[in-house]
Amino acid sequence: MKTSQSAILTRRAALAAGAGLGAFALMPTARATPETMAAAVKTFTGGKPIADGRVKLEISLLVENGNSVPLSVTVDSPMTRQDHVKRIGIFNEKNPLPEVLTFHLTPRSGRAQVASRMRLNDTQFITAIAEMSDGSFWSGKAEVIVTMPACVEE
Amino acid sequence: MTRALINIPQKAKRGEVIEIKTMLSHPMETGFRPSSDGRLVPRDIIEKFVCTYNGEVVFSADLYPAVSANPFLSFNMVAEQSGTIVFAWTDNHGKTQVQTAAIQVE
Amino acid sequence: MGWLALALSLLSVWPAQAQTPQDPRKSGFAYMGRDTQAMQQDDLANPAMLTVLEGEALWTTPTGKAGKSCASCHGEARESMKGVAARYPSLDEASGKPIDLSGRIAQCRETRMEAAPLVREGRDMLALSAFVGLQSRGMPVAPPQDERLRPFREEGARLYTARMGQLNFTCAQCHDANAGQKLGAAPIPQAHPNAYPIYRLEWQSTGSLQRRLRNCMVGTRAEPFSYGSAEFIALELFLMERAKGMTIETPGVRP
Ligand code: HEC
Ligand code: HEC
Repeated sequence: MKTSQSAILTRRAALAAGAGLGAFALMPTARATPETMAAAVKTFTGGKPIADGRVKLEISLLVENGNSVPLSVTVDSPMTRQDHVKRIGIFNEKNPLPEVLTFHLTPRSGRAQVASRMRLNDTQFITAIAEMSDGSFWSGKAEVIVTMPACVEE
Repeated sequence: MTRALINIPQKAKRGEVIEIKTMLSHPMETGFRPSSDGRLVPRDIIEKFVCTYNGEVVFSADLYPAVSANPFLSFNMVAEQSGTIVFAWTDNHGKTQVQTAAIQVE
Repeated sequence: MGWLALALSLLSVWPAQAQTPQDPRKSGFAYMGRDTQAMQQDDLANPAMLTVLEGEALWTTPTGKAGKSCASCHGEARESMKGVAARYPSLDEASGKPIDLSGRIAQCRETRMEAAPLVREGRDMLALSAFVGLQSRGMPVAPPQDERLRPFREEGARLYTARMGQLNFTCAQCHDANAGQKLGAAPIPQAHPNAYPIYRLEWQSTGSLQRRLRNCMVGTRAEPFSYGSAEFIALELFLMERAKGMTIETPGVRP
C-alpha cells in the first residue's frame, strides 16, 4: 500500500489549505521568524539581558496534533513578597505571531508553576522567559516536533 | 451563558498552595483562517484572563491567537481566608464572561 | 455550581477498561500519545466535557410547543439514560428500520416536544448525544440482538469491505489488515466506535462518529455518505457489533 499511502498524504497536503493547521500556512501576513521573535522578546524584557536557567519549560518532544499542545512552565523561585516571579512569557519562531501567552504571577500565587495548551504549526523551538521581582530575566527552551493526523476534513 | 470547567478544592488549609485549572468553551478563532469563500474568518479570541480572590488579583494572563481552542489555564494560589474566587475571560470585542467559586479555608 | 458537582462526581467512574488480556481488540485510546490520553482521562482537562455540560443544561430546558424538557419525561439522565447509548443504533419499531442515537433524540424533540428539528452535526444535537452518551461510560458496548437488525448489520459489513473512492480502499484494508501500522505519522486504529462523540484535536471541536467516518471516506477520495444516511447507520451497526463488550469511553479525545 506504499504508493496509495503517499497519494493520501498528497491529498492531505491539498486539503490542508482548508482546515486546521494548514490555515496557518496559508496566512496572508508574514509568519513569525527567529527575528520577529527576537523583537517580541525585546519588547517583553525592555532590552534587558536574559540569563539561561531557573525556567523549566515542559512540552512533549513529539506531538500528535499541533492544534493543542500541552505545555507547562516551572520557575525556580521562593514566591515571597521580596522574591517572586512577576511574568512568564511564551514565544515561538514559526506561528503567525511570535507571542503565545503571558502569565502574570503575584506572591499570592504561592508556586511559580503554570500550564496551558498552544497551537504550533511546525517543528520548532519554544522559549519561556520569566521576569523576577528584582528585574532580572531568565529563560528556558524546548524543541517540539509536530506530526500530522491522517484523514482530515473535506 | 458561561460554559467553563473549573477545578478548585472546596476546602483548604490556611497557607496551603492550591492548584486551579480552568477551561472555557471558546473557539479562539485566530483571524488568520480563510473560510470557504476565501475571506478570513474574523478574529474572535479571549485576550485576557483574570483571577481575583476576595477582590485582589492573584493571577492573570494575556492570550494570543496561538492559544488552543477552549483555552485551558492552570496556576496556583495561596489559600488565605474563606471567600469568593472570581474568574473572568475577556474577548477581543471587550465582552467579559465571569464564573465564581467559593472556597472554605480552615 | 451544578457543573462543578457534575464534573467531580464523574471522576470516580473512570477508568474502567474491561477487556480481557487475550482480546486482540484495542480501543483507539491505546494508539494515542500520552498527552492525548491524559486529556481524555481528566474530565477537567477534556474539552468534550464542555459539550457534555451544554447537554446537561439542555436536558432540563423546556422547549417546543409542548412546553417540555427532556427531564419532564425522562427525569434524571443518570438513571433513565444509563446504558442507552451502549445499545444504539437499535430498531425503531414504528418504521421497522434501525435508528441511531441522534435519530432517536430528534424523534423525541420533534414528535414529543413539538420542537424545531436540530441540525444533526450541530452544537445542540452533539451536546445532547454527548450528555446521553456519558451515562453509558464504563459500560460494555451492548448491541441489541434483534433478528430484524440482521440485514442492516450485514449491509454494514458489506460496506466495510467494499472498495471505495478513487484510491479504491476498503475500511477493512486499513483497520483490520493494517491496524497498528502508520499512515504518514498517524497510527491506524482498529476503528472502534466506543468513545463517540469525541473531541478531535484536528477539528478543534466535538464531533460525531459519522463525522469521523466522513473524514476516512474523504481520505480515500470517496464521496462521503450524508449524515443520518442508511449507509452510515448500517456501518455504525456493524462497528458496534464488532466492538461488542468493549468499554464505552464517551466522551473521548482523539488526535
Ligand atoms: C487509508 C486508510 C483508512 C481507510 C481506508 C479508512 N480509515 Fe478509518 N482511520 C484511518 C486512520 C489513520 C484513522 C486515525 C486518524 C488519526 O488519528 O489521525 C482512522 C480512524 C477511524 C475511526 C476512529 C477510531 C477511534 O478510535 O476513534 C473509525 C471509527 C474509522 N476510522 C472507521 C473507518 C471506516 C468505517 C472506514 C470505511 C468507510 C474507514 N475508517 C476507512 C485510516 C483509514
Ligand atoms: C413527552 C415525553 C418525552 C420527552 C419530552 C422526551 N422524551 Fe425521550 N422518550 C420518550 C418516550 C415515551 C420514549 C420511548 C421509551 C421506550 O421506548 O422505552 C423515549 C425514548 C428516548 C430515548 C431512547 C431510550 C431507549 O431506551 O432506547 C432517548 C435516547 C431519548 N428519549 C432522549 C430524549 C431527549 C434527549 C429528550 C430531550 C431533547 C427527550 N428524550 C424528550 C418520551 C419523551
